[in-house]
Amino acid sequence: MTVRNTPNGFHLNDAGRRVVVDPVTRIEGHMRCEVNIDDDNIIRNAVSSGTMWRGLEVILKGRDPRDAWAFVQRICGVCTGTHALTSVRAVEDALKIQIPENANSIRNLMQLSLQVQDHLVHFYHLHALDWVNPVNALKADPAATSALQQSISPHNPKSSPGYFRDTQNRLKKFVESGQLGPFKNGYWSNPAYLLPPEADLMAVTHYLEALDFQKDIMKIRTIFGGKDPHPNWLVGGVPCAINIDGVGANGAINMERLNLVSSLIDRTIAFIDQVYIPDLLAIAQFYKGWLYGGGISGQSLLAYGDIPDNANDYSASNLLMPRGAIINGDLSKVHEVDLTDPEQIQEFVPHSWYSYPDEAIGLHPWDGITEPNYKIGPNTKGDRTHIQELDEGAKYSWIKAPRWRGHAMEVGPLARYVVGYAQGNKEITEQINFVLKTLDVPVSALFSTLGRTAARGLEAQWAAGKMRYFMDKLIANIKAGDLATANVERWDPETWPSSVKGVGFTEAPRGALGHWLKIEDTKIANYQCVVPTTWNGSPRDEQGNIGAFEAALMNTKVERPDEPVEILRTLHSFDPCLACSTHVISPDGTELTSVKVR
Amino acid sequence: MTSSPQILLIGIGNLLWADEGFGVRVIEHLQKHYRFPDNVTVLDGGTQGLYLVEHVQAADVLVVFDAIDYGLPPATLKCIENDDVPNFLGAKKMSLHQTGFQEVLATAQLLGQYPQHLLLIGVQPEELDDYGGSLRENIKAQIQPAIETALRYLQNVGVAASRIDTAVELNDPALDMQRYEAERPSPAQACRIGDQRVLQTGVFTVRPPTPSELPSLQVDVDYRGQY
Repeated sequence: MTVRNTPNGFHLNDAGRRVVVDPVTRIEGHMRCEVNIDDDNIIRNAVSSGTMWRGLEVILKGRDPRDAWAFVQRICGVCTGTHALTSVRAVEDALKIQIPENANSIRNLMQLSLQVQDHLVHFYHLHALDWVNPVNALKADPAATSALQQSISPHNPKSSPGYFRDTQNRLKKFVESGQLGPFKNGYWSNPAYLLPPEADLMAVTHYLEALDFQKDIMKIRTIFGGKDPHPNWLVGGVPCAINIDGVGANGAINMERLNLVSSLIDRTIAFIDQVYIPDLLAIAQFYKGWLYGGGISGQSLLAYGDIPDNANDYSASNLLMPRGAIINGDLSKVHEVDLTDPEQIQEFVPHSWYSYPDEAIGLHPWDGITEPNYKIGPNTKGDRTHIQELDEGAKYSWIKAPRWRGHAMEVGPLARYVVGYAQGNKEITEQINFVLKTLDVPVSALFSTLGRTAARGLEAQWAAGKMRYFMDKLIANIKAGDLATANVERWDPETWPSSVKGVGFTEAPRGALGHWLKIEDTKIANYQCVVPTTWNGSPRDEQGNIGAFEAALMNTKVERPDEPVEILRTLHSFDPCLACSTHVISPDGTELTSVKVR
Repeated sequence: MTSSPQILLIGIGNLLWADEGFGVRVIEHLQKHYRFPDNVTVLDGGTQGLYLVEHVQAADVLVVFDAIDYGLPPATLKCIENDDVPNFLGAKKMSLHQTGFQEVLATAQLLGQYPQHLLLIGVQPEELDDYGGSLRENIKAQIQPAIETALRYLQNVGVAASRIDTAVELNDPALDMQRYEAERPSPAQACRIGDQRVLQTGVFTVRPPTPSELPSLQVDVDYRGQY
């Protein structure tokens, strides 16, 4: 048994029985979480492990840096565009390439549309079923559902009793046919589900609406990026030409296509305002007493920032999505973040399956080493190819432990929103205050699983508004006669210095994302990615600080350990880009049940 | 069926993982060497999940190319049709994109637009544990037979393809199979192994949770999140 206080303020005790979260599949990466629960079913120790070697970096060695985006786009089926954008920014930073204003606006439109789509899909299709019970929806009275809908979103035209009755019948048919599909798995009799049937029916109805709607948001990226579902990117700008008087659906961006984007943006804004935000608030009303899952969000938060207002200026004041670091829970001071400073972001590997020459020292990503070293600790239960329980005292994860000035940090929508709130960002502060007032909860309620979920919704609303802003900006710039979309002055490698380095960053939907690269003799010499789930899913470091997933699970009560819906809720709230599954282990070590978590 | 059914030919998988890339490479080959009538879409689905649902919904006839673990000798081609496709994808999960694609099919069904005819053309992979690698020769040799199988199937719905040769690429020329292979870093430069624990064993197969007491609600592995 180990009892220990971590430097970042958590009391770990692994005496209780162990609940294991384990991978099943690969390709996009896997995550495993193990927790110890005490006699009252409260989590007293948490261990998060990335169980797959990603190695994105190594296959890029020696390749042409102008092609890197195409490879990073293939690594993951979720964040394709964000990785590609981060990659082209890193190369542009290294080669000092300036992109045209139109390219900046178009990239922002693509990035914002991804934010909105990803948040929407996350809320309705990945996370809602942790709060919403589709089986319970079958018991709802459609007239009462209609009344509820009209009370929370008076402008939503789809609110008649008949509309909800239709959905209910469709759902019934689907359930009766035995083809439950996305609703197949769930702990639908678990007391953790608190919504009345009417709210469940409303949310399930919007689950279906959102599935239909998210396809339209995607069209924005297809219009600007070409090939769907793998849009094209270009070092130096964007690969689409603008020919405002052109006709037809193929070829250059013309007025007809810009008008289509514009109408898609209007519809997106309406959907978020009339459906997503009212649903979020309505669901939160029933769960606002469940404020578990804060973890380190009340202490240490990090955002790199994104969405440059003007092209080529990546300073904090020009980034519309906030940038900064908060440590020790002190919201009165937002620290500046510099991705090029070797003292700020460092990755450690004492608990990761990698080798460094000196593992007591962290490495800045420019000097990063990705040398796999898979070995398990002496207290591991199982063997190298069949781990029943990890030994967190030794190396236990394929994820490195990134730290900002030595601190484990949480990244993601909540981090961005708290940083913006602490900086006094007007739009963000208004949104947060509106939610706190509507739900009648204090600021501290933000630091929770629910707070993370709420920040994601608010950010989707913000991002949709900013799409309108950049669309108007793009059209104004085009009308002023600027049609440039790419700068190819430095396309030819002969114009490049023999040795350069650069960093590109974005805010991916799930958090801060950075790519650091070195180019030598026109080829990639080193490439390091620190992805959001590296921050959030980080293992322990040399000092024993636990990461965001680990911290967020601490002290949560799990009502039924064989139906760990509480664990799912909290892990899902981070929108991790790793798939995993939960194995619940009984006290004697046998597996009771298992379920995949994302 | 209407006179001009919408047909989708889609390849799924991750081209960075050796034979995992089979489906995408079939699509690359189709795009380079065949021309189809306008009612046929040829799509590189990659590892995308839910984002593919609108393409599936729009299709009357769906042909999927993929690398699938049938437990057969390497490079064996096998076809699965109609209702067996989602069931098969669920039973023989080898990689995340397959659960993702199963989810796409379930979602299309839930939304009420589902292909009338479904054909899965799969190849038994030989090697997956070769990160940054390309198709093995015997798997590569099945690209043309897989295409011919699809073309025969399409003849039944009145679709004929003509041979062409174009320089069409996947979404970036660097991913072209020949270039991808030629520019690969050496093993000394770039580690090629995957995670041996995942790759060597079947121990990571999840057992389904205990069934819920609710009638008609079979509890199975949760596919949420696999888009």
